[in-house]
Amino acid sequence: MIKAILIFNNHGKPRLIRFYQYFAEDMQQQIIRETFHLVSKRDDNVCNFLEGGSLIGGSDYKLIYRHYATLYFVFCVDSSESELGILDLIQVSCSFVFVETLDKCFENVCELDLIFHMDKVHYILQEVVMGGMVLETNMNEIVAQVEVQNRMEKSEGGLSAAPARAVSAVKNMNLPEIPRNINIGDINIKVPSLSPF
Amino acid sequence: MALKIVKGSIDRMFDKNLQDLVRGIRNHKEDEAKYISTCIDEIKQELKQDNIAVKANAVCKLTYLQMLGYDVSWAAFNIVEVMSSSKFTYKRIGYLAASQCFHENTDVIMLTTNQIRKDLSSPNQYDTGVALTGLSCFVTPDLARDLANDIMTLMSHTKPYIRKKAVLIMYKVFLKYPESLRPAFPRLKEKLEDPDPGVQSAAVNVICELARRNPKNYLSLAPLFFKLMTSSTNNWVLIKIIKLFGALTPLEPRLGKKLIEPLTNLIHSTSAMSLLYECVNTVIAGQYSCSVGHIKSHLLCVQKLRILIEDSDQNLKYLGLLAMSKILKTHPKSVQSHKDLILQCLDDKDESIRLRALDLLYGMVSKKNLMEIVKKLMIHVDKAEGTTYRDELLTKIIDICSQSNYQYITNFEWYISILVELTRLEGTRHGHLIASQMLDVAIRVKAIRVFAVAQMATLLDNAHLLTGNMQRNGICEVLYAAAWICGEFSEHLENPVQTLEAMLRPKVATLPGHIQAVYVQNAAKLFATILKNQEGNTDSTAAQETSQMMIDRLPLFVQSANLEVQERASCILQLVKYIQKLQQKDVEVAEEVSALFAGELNPVAPKAQKKVPVPEGLDLDAWINEPPSESESEDEQPKAIFTKEEPKHSRPRHTEVDEKELARRREARKQEQANNPFYIKASPSSQKVYQEAPGVEHIPVVQIDLSVPLKVPGLPMSDQYVKLEEERRQKERAEKKKKEKKKRKEKRSGRGKKHDSGPESEEDITPAHVVDIVTEEMPEVGMHLSDDVAQEDQNHLPVRVKICICMFCLCRPLADSEKLPVRSHRAAGAPKSSAEDGEAENATPQEPKKKSSKEKRDKKKDKERDRKVRLRCWKHFPPSGHKSDSRSTQSEGRTVVTFLVFPLPRKVCDIQGNLQDGSQVVVSVIFENKSDSFLKSMEFNVLDSLNSKLQRPEGSGPHDGLTVPFQLPPGVSNEARFVFTVQSIVMPQKLKGTLTFIVKNEDSSTHEKLDFKLHFTCTSYLITTPCYSDAFAKLLESGDLKSSSVRLEGVNMPFHHLLARICFHHHFSVVERIDSCASMYSRSIQGHHVCLLVKTSGQTVSIDAKCDEPTLLGNVLDEIKQTFSQC
Repeated sequence: MIKAILIFNNHGKPRLIRFYQYFAEDMQQQIIRETFHLVSKRDDNVCNFLEGGSLIGGSDYKLIYRHYATLYFVFCVDSSESELGILDLIQVSCSFVFVETLDKCFENVCELDLIFHMDKVHYILQEVVMGGMVLETNMNEIVAQVEVQNRMEKSEGGLSAAPARAVSAVKNMNLPEIPRNINIGDINIKVPSLSPF
Repeated sequence: MALKIVKGSIDRMFDKNLQDLVRGIRNHKEDEAKYISTCIDEIKQELKQDNIAVKANAVCKLTYLQMLGYDVSWAAFNIVEVMSSSKFTYKRIGYLAASQCFHENTDVIMLTTNQIRKDLSSPNQYDTGVALTGLSCFVTPDLARDLANDIMTLMSHTKPYIRKKAVLIMYKVFLKYPESLRPAFPRLKEKLEDPDPGVQSAAVNVICELARRNPKNYLSLAPLFFKLMTSSTNNWVLIKIIKLFGALTPLEPRLGKKLIEPLTNLIHSTSAMSLLYECVNTVIAGQYSCSVGHIKSHLLCVQKLRILIEDSDQNLKYLGLLAMSKILKTHPKSVQSHKDLILQCLDDKDESIRLRALDLLYGMVSKKNLMEIVKKLMIHVDKAEGTTYRDELLTKIIDICSQSNYQYITNFEWYISILVELTRLEGTRHGHLIASQMLDVAIRVKAIRVFAVAQMATLLDNAHLLTGNMQRNGICEVLYAAAWICGEFSEHLENPVQTLEAMLRPKVATLPGHIQAVYVQNAAKLFATILKNQEGNTDSTAAQETSQMMIDRLPLFVQSANLEVQERASCILQLVKYIQKLQQKDVEVAEEVSALFAGELNPVAPKAQKKVPVPEGLDLDAWINEPPSESESEDEQPKAIFTKEEPKHSRPRHTEVDEKELARRREARKQEQANNPFYIKASPSSQKVYQEAPGVEHIPVVQIDLSVPLKVPGLPMSDQYVKLEEERRQKERAEKKKKEKKKRKEKRSGRGKKHDSGPESEEDITPAHVVDIVTEEMPEVGMHLSDDVAQEDQNHLPVRVKICICMFCLCRPLADSEKLPVRSHRAAGAPKSSAEDGEAENATPQEPKKKSSKEKRDKKKDKERDRKVRLRCWKHFPPSGHKSDSRSTQSEGRTVVTFLVFPLPRKVCDIQGNLQDGSQVVVSVIFENKSDSFLKSMEFNVLDSLNSKLQRPEGSGPHDGLTVPFQLPPGVSNEARFVFTVQSIVMPQKLKGTLTFIVKNEDSSTHEKLDFKLHFTCTSYLITTPCYSDAFAKLLESGDLKSSSVRLEGVNMPFHHLLARICFHHHFSVVERIDSCASMYSRSIQGHHVCLLVKTSGQTVSIDAKCDEPTLLGNVLDEIKQTFSQC
């Protein structure tokens, strides 16, 4: 079982959290902090497994993570999951992948995509992992399902219908007091193409 | 008005969407919290709007805020609203939000049941998919029970997309609603061979998870999985299956043998490291069970692991070491040959790898290589960065050396010097560990005491080095040991006066209190020894000087803030003052003073207490006072059916039980453990902790941070021992060779007994010291008894754990004799019965099996007296009956008030924990407003009968109604609970009642009334209670039961369906089933036993029943008859 999926950036800011076991909000934040603390002090060239933090299940659970550019993708799993399998799930190489999925659907994912489209990422994730169990590992299938659902959403007019979109354009022009240009200098790093192991 | 609406919608257009919110937060880095709180205010405004799009947008934003750690549970109701939108876009947002923030205690979840059911049966597969995904995150026992049937149907959906999701979610349903496992299992098994690989993978996934919890029950599936393993090409599925086999092989040795071949093939053929690794793992697991043979596959594994460890990929290296440590348990020899590789891993830059390697080293040491390995480790200790890793190294060194009673240590001088070297570590937290080792060795190895005392004296002398930095620190614990050793074995000291002086330095007062106390006490011991030495010397001034020094120094400790130190110091100070007086009178005091500390302190084995015979007349199990309540212990014991037996079970008195009884109990316990899928075997580690918690462990751990590395001057380095040891061994070897030569010469003519000839074999290395290790065992008095007790103890702890888990237990073993009952699902079945019966009553109590462990614990208070029946029934008022009641609302369409008597949420049981007698019935009613009007001022009233009364608050009259504590907006439902007192449970009851309420429309409000009936059937007083066949037989033999029988004609259903029906509707459990004959058991809330013997032949079913209350029995049988006449 997968107990949690956490995505946070190099500063420990959560970008997506998905717990498959209930934790109260403050506990969730503590877990994120602890996990970030554990993961962030590790070099990039060390192994990608470490024992779970004390908050999230202790030594029965493993943290399996990957560090891409500015983002950490952390899966907290128990012994029924294959370590390398989960790594594959996160990574690109032999099997079908989460990051790859993001890549495909967003045409080169970067941190900004995750920040602004957290909901979309959730929907993709839902096609990969369901209730803590791996649902689908075939990337084509995942992409197909996500796309069908996106089309459905589009046909319904999406969340913000056309007038609202126009307004949001107006809002962006007319409200100079709210600085809307985003400083993306440090975060706009594309995922490097990773060599399969 | 219209203007207001327009204005409102324009405002809405300026609502932030998720992207705006994120952007806003990023732009308000300084006052993020403030900005978010204004955003939350806006969201609250948006949620008040009627427009569902606005609400969905707001909920979407809340989901983001939830991620940032804001509690959004206040919006739970709005989330439900968005979930129930008909548009996929909004529905998806709603379900996402729900899956992120709903949990078992979210009360609105109860309202979602129907919505989710609707979505599950939606023609749009993505609506269904979204609902399944959401449900997988927040499924509760209630939802699981209500929706299990719907989900089971989805498992055979035409779309594989839905099938795979439905299969996967079944696992969650099983967890929450264990009863569903049996009926669903055959279909789940079918899905293993589904044409769609995704569905197949999901089914494998679910079964693997189930099997992980209780592998034994899934052994029968092995052939099927074997087939899958050889045919499947999906690595993910293969990995899961191979992992499953890893869990199964320890239970079935033959399986291990059978697997070897396909696994070796996979190992040779696969290119996927993940698969290879799992194969190796499973082969190792297989070897665990069959230790004979398969050398080839074993070698292959070790060889592959070596490749993994040598790989440059850190992940493979890590996993290789992990698997290696599993091999170590069974084949330590084959790992030992890779010592070089593992030692190399200690140099790895990755801490996790180093830690793994350390774990391996623990099992690899032998007498021969211990010194070498520890030397390597000591080098690492010096090099190590970061205190955690260094502490880990330190504990490992000590673990390695002290394992199995210092088995591998040949030279204790070396070990002591290692320990002393370890005290130089900066900022370690394991001072107490080193200290306990020093004490242990000094006490148990008599030969080493001289050396140890000398070392400790040096440590004490250099104490200022250890405490140079006055922060509280673990390492100063070492001084505790040093002081004690110097005091206790002071006769070995070379220069006791100097040590005494060191112990009484003013700086000592900065040490933690418990160490000071030891200092003071041992200073007194030392003083006694010194007096003894000096009085022999005729020079009396020296002795007097020593006394004077004591008198000068001790007042410092008398002032100590620590009570222990103060007390000991003032006591000893007075003693020394008195001694001084005597000394001045030239009286010889040394004899008397040393008599104070005479006698040797012997180590006591942890189990020693058990070997002390219990004095006659002492009964530790007898109550001194009357116990406050029996129930607490009862709950901890395996559930016994017969109340009278329980007290005996609850407090086993070891002194009384004979051998047979013990054996019987053990057997029974084993049986139960074996049958319990979630029974966790006592882990040896916890046992260890339980047994040996030495006093030193409790010494508070203190912190220091030394900035300067410390050197203890004048201490011998452990290294030189390594050298000495080498020399010694060489010498020994040479001697041995000589001897051997001699022997050979002598025996050349004889048979030439085979001697340990390998020059470096284990046995050759004799310890340097003739160390006399005090064994842990005391004389064999009462050995027999104590062993039994120990056995009992060991068994006790797990039993307790087990019961907690048992309550949570999902799946009993799927015995072949038990066919899976196909349940007519309650939710689905209930409306049916309502159609048949005009007034629609169907009361069915809930099975108590489902009690969560929490509830169980809560109920401990008084289980016997406080029985509650949780009634569950639908009260559905068909439109026809309703029309006459609420005519005025006719024009609005349908004002259907649905009553749903619903099982209680768990909490309720606590509130009513103090009720007396098994006569409480809690009825929980769900009011659902299906009209378009607002309902308020609802009053619930029931016409009491002599037997059953609605419990009303104190002070209200017997005919007053109870106010329902909420109002109902249109389309909303809510639940209220009412408690009834029932005197006699042997007869069914019908209670008439009315519900009055005010219907409020925009312009008018009218008073309305609804009549209803509550039907308490006799079966609703029965609680499904499991019964073992032997207890059942005993019960029948007892002769207290009256019998009765009934015949059912024309029952046209399979026997197992029939049984399932009786179980489900009438709360029986099957005790035993033989062919077309089954015995069943149930118990009423007032403790009546009801036993059934059901036989079938053709379409005739005869039920012979026995019960200690004939009326109850008659009614129950009537009800059973009715159930079957309806079908």
